[in-house]
Amino acid sequence: MKKTVIGLAAAMTLALAGGAHAQGYPTKPVTMIVPFAAGGPTDIIARIVGDHMSKTLGQQIVIENVAGAGGTTGITRAMTAAPDGYTIAMGHLGTFSAAPATYPGLKYDPINGIQPIGLAGGTPILIVARKNLEANDLKSFVAAVKANPDKFNEAHAGLGSVSWTTCTLLKGQLGVPKLNAVAYRGTGPALNDLVSGQIDFMCDQIVSVSEQVKAGTIKAFAVASAQRSPALPDVPTTTEAGLPEYQIEAWNGLAAPKGTPKEAVDKLVDALNKALNDENTKKRLLDLGAVIPTATDRTPEGFGALIKRDAAKLDPALKSAPR
Amino acid sequence: MDMFSNLSLGFGVALSFQNLALCFVGCLVGTLIGVLPGVGPIATISILLPITFGLDPTGALIMLAGIYYGAQYGGSTTAILVNIPGEATAVVTTLDGHQMAKQGRAGIALGTAAIGSFVAGCFATVVIAALGAPLTKMALLFGPAEYFSLMVMGLCFAVVLARGSILKAFCMIMLGLLLSTVGTDLETGQERLTFGIPALADGIDFSVLAMGIFGFAEVLRNLETPEARDVVRAKIGRLLPGWSDIKQSAMPCMRGTVIGGTLGILPGNGAVLGPFASYTVEKKIAKDPSRFGKGAIEGVAGPESANNAGAQTAFIPLLTLGIPPNAVMALMVGAMTIHGIIPGPQVMTRNPELFWGMIASMWIGNLMLLIINLPLVGLWVKLLQVPYRLMFPAILIFCCIGIYSVNNQPLDVAFTAMFGLFGYLLIKLGFEPAPLLLGFVLGKLMEEKLRQALIISRGSFMTFLERPISAGLLLVAVAVLVVALMPSMAKKRDEVFTE
Repeated sequence: MKKTVIGLAAAMTLALAGGAHAQGYPTKPVTMIVPFAAGGPTDIIARIVGDHMSKTLGQQIVIENVAGAGGTTGITRAMTAAPDGYTIAMGHLGTFSAAPATYPGLKYDPINGIQPIGLAGGTPILIVARKNLEANDLKSFVAAVKANPDKFNEAHAGLGSVSWTTCTLLKGQLGVPKLNAVAYRGTGPALNDLVSGQIDFMCDQIVSVSEQVKAGTIKAFAVASAQRSPALPDVPTTTEAGLPEYQIEAWNGLAAPKGTPKEAVDKLVDALNKALNDENTKKRLLDLGAVIPTATDRTPEGFGALIKRDAAKLDPALKSAPR
Repeated sequence: MDMFSNLSLGFGVALSFQNLALCFVGCLVGTLIGVLPGVGPIATISILLPITFGLDPTGALIMLAGIYYGAQYGGSTTAILVNIPGEATAVVTTLDGHQMAKQGRAGIALGTAAIGSFVAGCFATVVIAALGAPLTKMALLFGPAEYFSLMVMGLCFAVVLARGSILKAFCMIMLGLLLSTVGTDLETGQERLTFGIPALADGIDFSVLAMGIFGFAEVLRNLETPEARDVVRAKIGRLLPGWSDIKQSAMPCMRGTVIGGTLGILPGNGAVLGPFASYTVEKKIAKDPSRFGKGAIEGVAGPESANNAGAQTAFIPLLTLGIPPNAVMALMVGAMTIHGIIPGPQVMTRNPELFWGMIASMWIGNLMLLIINLPLVGLWVKLLQVPYRLMFPAILIFCCIGIYSVNNQPLDVAFTAMFGLFGYLLIKLGFEPAPLLLGFVLGKLMEEKLRQALIISRGSFMTFLERPISAGLLLVAVAVLVVALMPSMAKKRDEVFTE
């Protein structure tokens, strides 16, 4: 029954497009599917970037939030839509690079079965811990975890979430894949228990935790990027702190269904780039602690390569993670 | 004192023309969507979020907050008039509120709800202003173990104080808990009881269940006995409660405010427990508990005050810790982040005009709600005079639109219809649907907290007894059950309920 509905919807979309090819694209509003609830980090980046892209395209970009199953419900809907350039999706590290290893029955193939458009923003990942944990830097923390993995509790926002994905990678690299993981529904409640000292550490996007770090209610060991973040300049990178192999960013990027006409893709890439070059848009992204993507990552080729690279990095840790 | 200079800063911000207008729009929209069954604040705020793009952050948050507490207000109207709780917090109001409406005291029920909410709102505003920061520390004492025990206690009260047989209430709660386990397992990602249906992967939505079991089922039941409803239509009654009503509802209102306000601070949607706990307390201390469920005014005044107080103190963890206690507050975090304000412990010092402006606007908003609602109560009551052949299809259509708008899933509407039939069956068999909904609402959280507590304690159940707060809560739960099951009490209880 579900399939009929999707089929019907696809047929209707096609009929509405009037069989017109992408000549003169776009002639009607473009739907950008955000696979998470309104107000979350991905939604905010989608709205900020989509706002400016609408101006370049001359058509409104309509954000549709289709949440569920770690974002894969929304991405599945977008990637199985008619490839006419009028349905695109804002996915992230989880839905594009981690999903194949996380969800065995995934209905799209992010490596070969989608049309990447470009990276929209990256958010550094921070390793944070409760404020009264004995370890005060990454080295002593890593040593303590390796020595007594069963003395630690890690919090994450549920299977498939950014915090789960990045912390699973960390545990895999430290050789403690079985370290106690406590699941929460979302980062908020997890952070609450970290602040109150019920759990020991977590990995999460800088935007979610930076204010707590500044206020001293939790402490940060390192940021898993090549450079320090301007939001928290005192926090060392993992390379500086002695764990150079732990490099991961929670990025957000745009993709369309495979087979989307080239003119449409080109126009979307152009609109994305113009948005990311706009000073006002840039400032709003930087205020969130996001990193503006490099010129290469803003292209379909560069973004596709990034998806592949991170998938290869995450695969071993995610597949061996205890379920 | 600091509090007064802070509050005057807040009122300065909130009383600007723009912010007053935004507050008014928020309250009005909130009341409207609260009244319409099926369209909840979560859906509305997510739809309106982009519109706030052009506003300054303080104005945007004032409007969104207005929608939120306005919806709590409006939700009770629907609960009383149509017996449909739009929000989990209005479930309890249906019990006595709708009975009052049936007895021709709809106006007084609505008036009591509005005044009770206003009193609670005023009190909660002062509490947030004075105690926001210190109270947050209390919330931090609650870890997973304490939370689990708190919910166990809540469910024990639910069993004991439900209308009718204890066994039936127990079954309903268990069924509610069972329904809450449908969906993807949080820890393992395993799908449970989904039967391969993708729409069930994230579990059953609260609105789907509530609309079905209360909304659709109520319509079905009413179709069965059309004449019973005419009585309601004939008598609407006065709006303002009389002296005896005020005397009866003053204390429940105060107690409800304290209970709801306290529970609202707790992370993890403690506000849901507020109205319920208040109802329980009122029923327990009433001279004649048999009146409850048959239109007791205390059963409206207490929970409605608790509901509104909780809705407002729920802002405390958000504003002081930057941690959202429920889904609506999570949207507020989104709204703040969109405007470049990252919620956290420093909002209070770094954006004092936002913090205190919002607090002041809450008080103004509550006053506005009272002014908007008392005259509008007449309009809402007129809804009842719409003939059934128009009203029932309209309710069903609003429910369907509301449900569809939550997730854009057609299957959700089908599920609601199914739960409607099930709810009708429950009514026929003499089962109360309210405990089922309570079990459902608390079930997800309870499972989550139970597993978190056990993972942290490495599987030792002793953690619930070793932690003093948790142990205390469990002790109360056991005491309640023992008292209820003692032969003498059980007999008395049966007498009370069989009347």
